[in-house]
Amino acid sequence: MVQNIIDVRNLSKSFDISSKEPGLKGTIKHFFRRQTKSLKVIKDISFEIKEGEIVGFLGANGAGKTTILKMLCGLIYPSDGSILVSGYLPFRRKENFLKNITLIMGQKQQLIWDLPPIESFYLNASIYDLDKFEAKKRIKKLSEMLEIDEELYIPVRKLSLGQRMKSELLAALIHEPNILFLDEPTLGLDINAQRNLRKFLQKYNKETNATICLTSHYMKDITSLCKRVICVHEGAISYDGKLNLLLKKLSPVKEILIVCRSEKDATKLENSGFTIKNKIKNEITLKIENNSITSSLKTILNNFDIEDLFINEPPIDEIIGKVLIKKDYDI
Amino acid sequence: MLEYRVEIALWAISGIIPFFMLNIWTNNNLNESINISDVMLSRYFLCAFFVRQFSVVWVVFSFEEDSLMGKVSPYLIQPLNPFFRYFAQHLAEQITRFPFALIIAFFFFIFNPESIWIPNLGILLLSILSTFLSFLIQFLIQSIVACLCFWTEKASSIERLLFIPTLFLSGLLAPVVSFPAYVKSWIYLTPFPYLIDFPANLLSGNETNVSGGLSMQILWIFLLFPLFKKIWFEGTKKYTAMGS
Repeated sequence: MVQNIIDVRNLSKSFDISSKEPGLKGTIKHFFRRQTKSLKVIKDISFEIKEGEIVGFLGANGAGKTTILKMLCGLIYPSDGSILVSGYLPFRRKENFLKNITLIMGQKQQLIWDLPPIESFYLNASIYDLDKFEAKKRIKKLSEMLEIDEELYIPVRKLSLGQRMKSELLAALIHEPNILFLDEPTLGLDINAQRNLRKFLQKYNKETNATICLTSHYMKDITSLCKRVICVHEGAISYDGKLNLLLKKLSPVKEILIVCRSEKDATKLENSGFTIKNKIKNEITLKIENNSITSSLKTILNNFDIEDLFINEPPIDEIIGKVLIKKDYDI
Repeated sequence: MLEYRVEIALWAISGIIPFFMLNIWTNNNLNESINISDVMLSRYFLCAFFVRQFSVVWVVFSFEEDSLMGKVSPYLIQPLNPFFRYFAQHLAEQITRFPFALIIAFFFFIFNPESIWIPNLGILLLSILSTFLSFLIQFLIQSIVACLCFWTEKASSIERLLFIPTLFLSGLLAPVVSFPAYVKSWIYLTPFPYLIDFPANLLSGNETNVSGGLSMQILWIFLLFPLFKKIWFEGTKKYTAMGS
């Protein structure tokens, strides 16, 4: 049986936020009498994550998903509740815990700006107590997986964003962590770089059975990597479960565009009892429920003279967008 | 690379306050009031320059910037206290400064040939140790102030408050011996005279209590280190990872 590697119970986090009215009067007032209020950004959430799982955290800006990741990796201290990651309390930042995890934040870098990435890799290797031989071996292996080579010897400031991100990944993975916290790792990358990064993460997960917690605004990252998603809405979990179940629930019908041989066939199909979205000459768009797609298509192909057929998946961004603005999903 | 070399040279030159002070002292014959000869005074200020070059600390500014820009976050999840990074940076920069400091000393001796002296090996080693201890004290003081970033976001302003007593009481502007006796007795209870005055007097061959000075330096390190650890521990609980 696969064990839970992350166990979160009734976790909450509040921040003290100060506010200032505009203008000189507001500034003077703020200087002498600062008004602060406590804002609860994470509200009593609980979940578990199993070893080797890839879980996507979804939510609108400010929903609290990054705060959750920061608490899971021990960067910020929780206000209430408990977190166990790999058997450790993250905020205590014990050496063995830190050697087991990594956090990658898109656009935030740990590489030394004026030096080639290779220097940062060896520095990280020393921090994680790796000897030079082992470090060299891991750099070689990871650079092959990430398909970077000459870039290792060029100052970081001269690298492209994609090359820098790959180098960041290598620096963050040199100690071969079991748990990866990725906060928008593909932010700002072009389509090819995004795809390569996703391919690498899939490979890394497969080869090392590492657990990956990921936040991203690119739905492709979520759909290609995560079987399970946790949706966060205003600091609370609105959905925790399989991504395909969520998609099915939120998008129960598919649209099928059928091109008939003649307008007569299209009219015949229009009157055959299917739900019609629209009809233009010999082209007709049907709405068919997901669970009856196969039988419906069989009927259509057997009974009508069809020239061509297209199944349109509803855009995933649109479906997920619905989740981000809703409080609760009971699937 | 040229711009880096120029930056390092400018950086070494920027620490020449002691030479200005030497000029003020000798031109106004102020040394007569404290019974120090011209030669000993010039050696003192040259040594103050050297001690300053190898003990100057700016960790509060680096940490504040990194903290506000969100750069501290990746360091915090590594199994090494981020202050070790700053410590290593300071040491590396001290090594870089060394040849430039020697060049400045060379020119100093050309203009003040009567000040040339060679300290004996024992004194030299003790002075290096004392300068390193001075660096440690300053690093710990600034690290404590830097940790206030977790509460205030503008810890460097607090550091500026400390800069004033450091400037006047450390021996950078005047040897501590020039203060009235009752003021001196108070100054020696603070960490400031052990930052520049004590190591500079030791290296220049001026009369000084070697064991007393070294003991006070070690005592201050023992007092400041647990304080730093406590503030660090409490501060990281307050960390909000802003900017990241």
